[in-house]
Amino acid sequence: MKSEDVENAIQEKKTLGFWIYLMTDCVLFASLFAVFAVLRNNTFGGPAGSDLFDLEFVLLETMVLLLSSFTVGLAILGSVRGFKKQTIVWLVITFLLGATFLGLELYEFNHLIAEGFGPQRSGFLSAFFVLVATHGLHITIGLLWLGVMIFRLIQRKFKQTDIKRLALFGLFWHFLDIIWIFIFSFVYLIGGMA
Amino acid sequence: MFQNIQELVFGRLTIEDFIHEPIMAGAGIAMVGGLLLAMGALTFFKKWKWLWKNWITTLDPKKIGVMYILVSVIMLLRGLADAMLLRAQQATNGSAELLSSDHFQQIFSAHGSIMIFFVAMGIIFGIFNLIIPSQIGARDVAFPFLNSVSFWLFAAGMILINAPLVVGEFSTAGWLAYPPLSGIEYSPGVGVDYWIWSLQIAGIGSLLSGINFFVTILKMRAPGMKMMQMPIFTWSALSSTFLIMFAFPILTATLGLLSLDRLIDTNFFTSDGGGNPMMYVNLIWAWGHPEVYILVLPAFGIFSEVVATFSRKKLFGYTSMVVALIAITFLSFTVWLHHFFTMGSGAAVNTFFGIMTMIIAIPTGVKVFNWIFTMYRGRVTFTTPMLWFMGFIVTFTIGGLTGVLMSVPPADFQFHNSLFLVAHFHTMIVGGVLFGAFAGFTYWFPKFTGFTLNERLGKYAFWNWIIGFLLAFVPLYILGFMGAVRRLDHYDASMGWQGLFIVAGVGVAIICVGVGFQVLQIVYSIIKRKENRVGTDPWGARTLEWSTATPPAEYVFATIPEVTSRDQFWEDKKKKHSAVFKPKYEDIWLPKNSGAGPMIGVFALAFGVGIIWYMWWLVIIGLIGVILTIIIRLTSDETEEKLTAAQVAKHELKRGTV
Repeated sequence: MKSEDVENAIQEKKTLGFWIYLMTDCVLFASLFAVFAVLRNNTFGGPAGSDLFDLEFVLLETMVLLLSSFTVGLAILGSVRGFKKQTIVWLVITFLLGATFLGLELYEFNHLIAEGFGPQRSGFLSAFFVLVATHGLHITIGLLWLGVMIFRLIQRKFKQTDIKRLALFGLFWHFLDIIWIFIFSFVYLIGGMA
Repeated sequence: MFQNIQELVFGRLTIEDFIHEPIMAGAGIAMVGGLLLAMGALTFFKKWKWLWKNWITTLDPKKIGVMYILVSVIMLLRGLADAMLLRAQQATNGSAELLSSDHFQQIFSAHGSIMIFFVAMGIIFGIFNLIIPSQIGARDVAFPFLNSVSFWLFAAGMILINAPLVVGEFSTAGWLAYPPLSGIEYSPGVGVDYWIWSLQIAGIGSLLSGINFFVTILKMRAPGMKMMQMPIFTWSALSSTFLIMFAFPILTATLGLLSLDRLIDTNFFTSDGGGNPMMYVNLIWAWGHPEVYILVLPAFGIFSEVVATFSRKKLFGYTSMVVALIAITFLSFTVWLHHFFTMGSGAAVNTFFGIMTMIIAIPTGVKVFNWIFTMYRGRVTFTTPMLWFMGFIVTFTIGGLTGVLMSVPPADFQFHNSLFLVAHFHTMIVGGVLFGAFAGFTYWFPKFTGFTLNERLGKYAFWNWIIGFLLAFVPLYILGFMGAVRRLDHYDASMGWQGLFIVAGVGVAIICVGVGFQVLQIVYSIIKRKENRVGTDPWGARTLEWSTATPPAEYVFATIPEVTSRDQFWEDKKKKHSAVFKPKYEDIWLPKNSGAGPMIGVFALAFGVGIIWYMWWLVIIGLIGVILTIIIRLTSDETEEKLTAAQVAKHELKRGTV
């Protein structure tokens, strides 16, 4: 076995690397936000944000996602104290909340496309769909990660590395939350006002 | 029915896609033939297992670095062949009927994309892999597995960009594929898709590699090595990887959006439907300008090491060098609009970007003076790396001056899109990045092989290169002033340009002779390696990578060095502390080989081929393959193996380093 120092050094590198990855992802989202800012008024005769967005529905989505951020925090607290069952339960709840969020988002997309307001309709809708869907894609990847982690936790004993990985997942999930808050404010709230 | 099944399986691929013009077909056949020959040789000599175990699955950054450089060298030859065709076409003004205009456009698009992404980037990452860990006193990079993934994504991209020689066509939209030309309406074929996915896949590899080396430099320096004690090449790599981290996500997003425009008819960059083509140009240059510095900063770093070593002096103005690097890093994000002053952003915006561009010349100038002052009163030996350095100073200064000329917006309205611009950026990239790579290659070659490259042939190569280079590009400056724009496959004879185009063509021919000498130099030096055998420190170098055995062991350092000063190795040599105390070895953990990296490369390639040719089943296989491989790799334990202290001691004894 490796000594604790070696193990810690590896973990430290991973944490820094993951933070940096998140920052690069942040740049990716920043690019998409910039694209949205440029195209938001290019409705090309189609509907504007204020004609489309159902703010109460989006608030519901937001609350579901924020709640999942809270539950993942509880899972991490549980893992640090070594409560395996509690950790798994909170992770499963996080998974369900994340899946619900994704379902709501897909419902919204489906609804818009059915009405003829798909991403092809105008520059504004292209930018809207791709920005929100990129966030959704990240959530999907997060759910995949979460699923694998839950499966592994059920299968085997709690390990120190599991706790560290869970902490990284927490970072990822909170990061997506922050991105969503920006989407909520800039795309839905500001864009939704006439 | 049959039609449907064919479409389902092959997408838009038909048998006609394999039929090419003679030149392209020849290149394609040569490429496939070379590949088959290599595979035949591997089978004949029963080397497949060796290849798999020692190279393909390796996580050793030194070997990954060698593979990067090998790929880059092959791509350099491809890019050079493209350049020869372009120059032949322009020198003969199309009268030789060598190339159709469509083929000509494919060639200049391929030339630019390959030279930047698969030559310059490849060489830079190759040198990072080989040098950075040992220069900071580390055994490995921070994430060895990620490193392998990066390389294989790079390789997958490389295969995709060469595939049009065999099947389909390449983009005709230039190396940055501006819409609306690169949109589906004007480029309905597979060419632009090849371009997009080749760059996208290789670009993600570059991004991962950037993160990897950034963390390596921040977290894995030898004990005692403070930031301001890092060798200047490491500093340049830190700046370069910082730029990668902030620039490449923009490329990923931009290519993604362009691809969506082509695949599902979104309206990001279309000229109607509420899109904005100029937004593409802004986005691509917000990546593209930092990219220039991603390439050239490491070259600066190499030259800094070379000039200090061969002047037998410490680098002049270390602190100002570091400050200049950091300044360039930040300023490089504030100048992208100078690539399109003619867009018409208005006087205020153009003025801002013009001034920022002029300002960025200041830290670069500081570096040039520091290099020259390093030579001043040094005991300079004119070895080949030093000749490349001197050539660089001359060409880079010319290129820098013409760059400042173009940074004046009113003047740029004249230069825009002209051959003056083409001459400028070739002066910077050939004279800066490529000469830097050659200097670094010659300088570090003996570290990894144990013998030096032949000096005489190296000098022949240099003189051919520099003379050919000036002949090839000085006429382009003049032609630019005469009104010749870039990317012309023919021009009116009455313009009086042909004489200068012929001179430029002769220049490229001379460069080819130089490349011939370089190939000869490598082959000759390998044959005569016994005569040029050298020890660990052939040049009297200053930095830690020269303190290891030659060639370095897999674990590089048997004991991790302690660092107390900037030129640690130089100081150690001066002190001559040969006080023989028995080194205290410890257990070393090394990453085990992994086939997951190449697997991810293969699946990414499948994904790319699928999405280019609309074979959706292949896209799904590629995607699932990548995801599953990652999950399997990340959930497997015991990815490292231990080399015990006793084993290390035995190794060291056998290598005779103790």
